Amino acid sequence: MSDHKSASGHTSEHASTQTREHISEHISSVGSSVAIWLALLAGTGITVAAAFIDLGPFNTIVALTIATIKATLVILFFMHVKYTHEKLTGLVVVSAIFWLFILLALSMADYTTRLWR
Amino acid sequence: MHTSQAAVDEHAHENPALLHHFATEEQQKNAASLGMWVFLAQEVMFFGGMFCAYLVYRYKYFADFGSASQQLDIKLGATNTVVLICSSLTVVLGVRAAQLGKRMALVFWLLATIFLGLVFLGIKADEYAEKFEKHHVPGASFSYHELLPSQKKLPEAERQYADPHHAEMYFSLYFAMTGMHALHMIIGVGLFGFLAYKAWRGKYTPEYYTPIENAGLYWHFVDIVWIYLFPLLYLIDRHR
Amino acid sequence: MATAVVADTGERENYLNAGHGPKSWLLTVDHKRIALLYLISITFFFFIGGFFALLIRLELLTPAGDLVQSDTYNKLFTMHGQVMVFFFLVPAVPAVLGNFLIPLMIGAKDLAFPRINLLSWYLFIIGGLLMIFTILSGGVDTGWTFYTPLSTEFLKTNVVSAAIGIFFAGFSSILTGLNFIVTIHRMRAPGMTWNRLPLFVWAHYATSIIQVLGTPVVAIALVLVVLERLFHLGIFNPLLGGDPLLFQHLFWFYSHPAVYIMILPGMGIISEIVCCFSRKRIFGYKAMALAVLGIAVIGFLVWAHHMFVAGISVYAALIFSLLSYLVAVPSAIKVFNWTATIYKGSITYQTPMLYAFGFVGLFTIGGLTGLFLASLGVDVHVHDTYFIIAHFHYIMVGGMVMAYLGGMHFWWPKISGRMYPEGWGKLAALIVFIGFNLTFFPQFILGYMGMPRRYHSYPPEFQILNVLSTAGATILAVGYLLPMVYFMWSMRYGKPAPPNPWNAAGLEWQTHSPPPTFNFDEEPVVTWEAYNYDEMGEIPEKPEKEEVPVAH
Repeated sequence: MSDHKSASGHTSEHASTQTREHISEHISSVGSSVAIWLALLAGTGITVAAAFIDLGPFNTIVALTIATIKATLVILFFMHVKYTHEKLTGLVVVSAIFWLFILLALSMADYTTRLWR
Repeated sequence: MHTSQAAVDEHAHENPALLHHFATEEQQKNAASLGMWVFLAQEVMFFGGMFCAYLVYRYKYFADFGSASQQLDIKLGATNTVVLICSSLTVVLGVRAAQLGKRMALVFWLLATIFLGLVFLGIKADEYAEKFEKHHVPGASFSYHELLPSQKKLPEAERQYADPHHAEMYFSLYFAMTGMHALHMIIGVGLFGFLAYKAWRGKYTPEYYTPIENAGLYWHFVDIVWIYLFPLLYLIDRHR
Repeated sequence: MATAVVADTGERENYLNAGHGPKSWLLTVDHKRIALLYLISITFFFFIGGFFALLIRLELLTPAGDLVQSDTYNKLFTMHGQVMVFFFLVPAVPAVLGNFLIPLMIGAKDLAFPRINLLSWYLFIIGGLLMIFTILSGGVDTGWTFYTPLSTEFLKTNVVSAAIGIFFAGFSSILTGLNFIVTIHRMRAPGMTWNRLPLFVWAHYATSIIQVLGTPVVAIALVLVVLERLFHLGIFNPLLGGDPLLFQHLFWFYSHPAVYIMILPGMGIISEIVCCFSRKRIFGYKAMALAVLGIAVIGFLVWAHHMFVAGISVYAALIFSLLSYLVAVPSAIKVFNWTATIYKGSITYQTPMLYAFGFVGLFTIGGLTGLFLASLGVDVHVHDTYFIIAHFHYIMVGGMVMAYLGGMHFWWPKISGRMYPEGWGKLAALIVFIGFNLTFFPQFILGYMGMPRRYHSYPPEFQILNVLSTAGATILAVGYLLPMVYFMWSMRYGKPAPPNPWNAAGLEWQTHSPPPTFNFDEEPVVTWEAYNYDEMGEIPEKPEKEEVPVAH
């Protein structure tokens, strides 16, 4: 009745015969974590300061750019995306951002091209 | 004879944290990690809907939004931003403590994160109370009579006031977005409380600290949402 | 093959008899049991949605609005739509067949997160109870689309409980999608590479991406509707500066991809059935896998084609129209490839194959009429008419429900350990096909001639087509009731099923029917390509008897 086409009927050998696997995980140093923390604080300060300077339409762009840099630092370093071996993590992050971009861009494509306000 | 069942029993004997349907701890850890990232992706879209609403109305009513934004206390907002950034640092140090097997350090950093989270929520509550007093909470008791930005330069008779409906729109979005953010923070604080207790009981080791790491990812995400909320809500047209 | 035997009855231990009593079912983490919990739940909601459909079709027998008042009629079509979409169509294939089969198909013991799987079901039930509460407390009449400001400002009905119920159902589906994505990435057996995955699995992977990325947006849209209703906010109220179209953008951003959530799993089923009953590999495996991914991605770019006459800018409408044409391409590729698979195959006409044939034809008609709708000019004419209703019912009922029934018949031996009666199966399939076309084809004509949707009265010249449609609906109902009866009959009196009654390819057929709790006696190691029908024989005439006796 066994229709197994497997070449050998071996069971999963994984953990039952091996010693406990040491997953190679990156352990952040205190120094690098503090450095990122300081960068984030600096970014916050710059954002607040820039808000009080008249840059015209660039105020929003500067604020969002700094916010994006801060978010990128958090994602890459605090959330360990830079250190992971998994490319899939990066793909999930990029996909989420891309999908949000679709929502925002195509919705605004409607609002910015309406001939009436 | 269950060959798979025998292997399962061996696993359970070896490491109680390994669930039966996983072959190795690494598989379990990778699955949990991917699961948390996918969950965060859907959270991006959840908040994203509100960001979309905000974007639309800011585009339509920029001047009125500028006026309303100036009603927020930038010092409290900036303080809260700093508080959250510090709490992200404490989370990172907590994960590190778990990776190095330092139980008490882990508990300390988790409690520090909880403390900072509560500080954030306390400041938020204070801001909300102030909004309530000034009748800036949308709904029946909303009332708004403020100038548009840069009107103070003009003589009194020519000064233009913000449209109260559009200002109410701003505050609707303010409360919806910061409220949803605060709700996520409350959940995060509760989660860390639970994990701090488990950590104190010695559940997390260098071989198994997945819940700490994944809770950390959640917390960093909540921090990132605030990193965007702060400039968008508090810093419109501040120079005027 | 090693098999355990249950001590007291002497039958082989499987997921159905491992553990008895309500607790073993309500606290199960076995994906197969959870699939059955979902099966019972969604069947229940199918009946409720079908009941509303019956009342709608009864009202439409006569031109006058004489069976129910117009407000009541609004409630009927609203709740028909909401129950059918959120509590039947979205979960049916993924939560029943997907839950049951994905671990089996990839050679895993369970999904990645069995407890989250159970949580998904409980969230679905909570949402369902809220929906039932809504129905019993007077119903909701917003249309299934909840358009504002009608839903936020003007209605006294239970919009809030309906919205929260759907929120819970949506969250349930997000968790299901999350579970599938992680499972497919992380739990595949050795040798089960991406290129060897059954297309059923690919289809669910694509579906899960949509569930995870799209559902949260409708969730927040419904949250905003609830907040607006409770606190009179004005986000969607034009009098307060709000834009009703913002709600529509957020709603349709999910609800268009939602139709792909509903159809992609069905397409996965069809690929499995078509290959088995033509005894051939799928034509163009890579193209089929890429096509489901393509549908999932492009499907997110077309939502405003539901808003062409709502007041969006003409330029945005043009972009969305063009993108809507584009999304038809991967769907068409799939139809061509199924056809090419069947061509010169060794075709047999068991019940699953009859449903598959029905699917391919009816989905094509539904899809082609979608192309008509993508054209701005045509859409202006037929929007909000019965043409639209016919279009989406051809895809959802002619497509997805047929695929679901085909899949239920195909995998019933695996799920229940019993064969269904083939003669009755063929008869029911035929009745469904005839009933379906009689119900919905006249609606294309009605819509084109101008009969609006959501109206309970109509000009008398439309009556004959409406009567035909209602007649078809009663025939369709019979066709749906038959499988329910004989499936239940088969649980007791059906022939015991062997592991592989169809001699089909796929790992799920290489374990017992029904499977043991942990799916496989030994972890499979895959060394063969998907759909290796060239290495397999014919479908056996009479299913072989299993060696170990099964309880009667």
